[in-house]
Amino acid sequence: MAVTEQHQGKSRDERVREIGIARQALRRPELGAAAGCVLVLIFFAIFAGDSGLFSARGVVNFLEVSAQLGILAVAVSLLMIGGEFDLSLGSMVAFAGVIIAILSSKYGWPIWTSIPVAFAAAIIVGYLNGWLVVKTGLPSFIVTLASLFILRGITLGATRLITGRTQIPGIKELSEGDWLAPVFSGQFGGTLLVWLAEAGIIDKRPDGLPMVQGIPVSILWWLGLTAIATWILLQTRFGNWIFTVGGDANAARNVGVPVARVKIRLFVLSACAATLFAAIQVLSVGSADTSRGLQKEFEAIIAVVIGGTLLTGGYGSAIGAMFGALIFGIVQMGIFYTGIDTDWFKAFMGVMLLAAVLFNDYIRKKAAEAR
Amino acid sequence: MAPLIELREVSKYFGTVIALNGVSFAVQAGEVHCLLGDNGAGKSTLIKILSGVHAPTTGEIRLGDQPVQFSSPRDALDRGIATVYQDLATVPLMSVARNFFAGREPLTGWGPLKRMDWPMIWRVTREEMGRMGIDIRDPGQSVGTLSGGERQSLAIARAVYFGAKVLILDEPTSALGVHQAAVVLRLIAKARARGLGVIFITHNVHHAFPVADTITLLNRGRSLGTFRKGEISRDRVVEMMAGGKELIDLEAELAAMSRPDSQAAASLQ
Repeated sequence: MAVTEQHQGKSRDERVREIGIARQALRRPELGAAAGCVLVLIFFAIFAGDSGLFSARGVVNFLEVSAQLGILAVAVSLLMIGGEFDLSLGSMVAFAGVIIAILSSKYGWPIWTSIPVAFAAAIIVGYLNGWLVVKTGLPSFIVTLASLFILRGITLGATRLITGRTQIPGIKELSEGDWLAPVFSGQFGGTLLVWLAEAGIIDKRPDGLPMVQGIPVSILWWLGLTAIATWILLQTRFGNWIFTVGGDANAARNVGVPVARVKIRLFVLSACAATLFAAIQVLSVGSADTSRGLQKEFEAIIAVVIGGTLLTGGYGSAIGAMFGALIFGIVQMGIFYTGIDTDWFKAFMGVMLLAAVLFNDYIRKKAAEAR
Repeated sequence: MAPLIELREVSKYFGTVIALNGVSFAVQAGEVHCLLGDNGAGKSTLIKILSGVHAPTTGEIRLGDQPVQFSSPRDALDRGIATVYQDLATVPLMSVARNFFAGREPLTGWGPLKRMDWPMIWRVTREEMGRMGIDIRDPGQSVGTLSGGERQSLAIARAVYFGAKVLILDEPTSALGVHQAAVVLRLIAKARARGLGVIFITHNVHHAFPVADTITLLNRGRSLGTFRKGEISRDRVVEMMAGGKELIDLEAELAAMSRPDSQAAASLQ
């Protein structure tokens, strides 16, 4: 067709200004968090460079902290881009952990059966959260604030009723020999670490073994889930629906996007991430506790917001959430290694959150101009 | 030739309220039909009936020569009736390309690796916007950076691309400045040239006249008649619309009010 060809011919519009790479990068929501990561690394390199934070052990430590929060943050980033909150995340962590622990230690179920049950419970809880938000039209802030308390209450009440206590120990022994447990609490990269130690890149213990003999598998989960979420957001139809639903639910409905289905799925995803976190924690610590996951919902939101996702939805990235969680881990362990009283950590995170929101706001305005 | 869409004696009651009372008109392919009326004339009710949100209480809608009943807005859309609501169809934070295909994303690849066909999405977005006379500099730019007229173009281009035969435009010019309104009027003419039937709803006579082929005047739920463009003058239309007489009265009233002032000013000097 003539019109088409003619138009393709002049697809180089004379009004297209060459936008520099820096300007283009400004359009990416995760830029702020990536820059923040570098800043935090430089800061601790100066103030904690020789304290062991950047030794093999220190790096694995802060990566593990980041990975556990990062698993939650990835799911929360998708949910928040979709325009919703899930404040029941932390309660779900305790709920799922207690389910795994009670089934296995009290009723003798093998770990590989109690973990799927916890995931099934998560799907139900997530579905109920989403269904209530979609059906009532209430803000998810209120609906999930209610489930925060309901779930925590059920967890505490039921655990004390069944076991008479609020803590369930002895999971480590039960998970030994279980084929599914290493998927959540195993380690990998042993031979690589030995090789690195032989090459003198990482320190050795006096007995000749490397300082760190394995990398927690949670780090793989974190990176893998971030990659999958990024693929979903950038390359799939469902990703486009998430952006549309979060950007303007009304417009989404007008163009035929199944708004309710998308939102419910995101709530299910968030509850499943909480359960994955719980499985990892219960198996690596070796016990479940009804007070686990406290305030995790806020930490996840902080990581996601630092990662450049808008509180109002419709804009954000999973890679940003990964950087947000990484900052979180570096700062938490960095403060510990520097010898500053860890009580100060929360104040630091609050300030980081505020700075991130201001910075993102500024970046977004710049992005709107970069056209 | 059978009209694309035709309304026959359509009425809509909400309880005791008569929102529409026996309205009839027909739209041919390649024709712009203006629905003119003041607030409360029944324009929004009419749009909702045309786009499948409400069913008429009495009367019938015909597509071609078949009577139809729309079960939902989606049903109307699938039959080629596309409604472009002012500012309710695009997401400002999303890119032009993402918006263009929202809800109808073309996919490529297979199985779990099925993904958005980005090269095709970008090419079509650029082409279709170009056919509407808007050069999209970069389909990756967010819709928030577009002007009001460009956003309307996006919504119209999208409707046309996805096979709309009848385009219903709800007050597309009312929130726009003079220049942007002209952009949208040009779009309407472009859609007509491509053989679409356009139903253009407005309360602005000066926007209706340049593009209209036929005009239906609505007042208080009734049709005051349908006119070919040459059959009626702009002043007559203004007069027939509810606001017409009021404005003439207002003019007289204001003239009366300003008289004592000028007399007072004269006496002061």
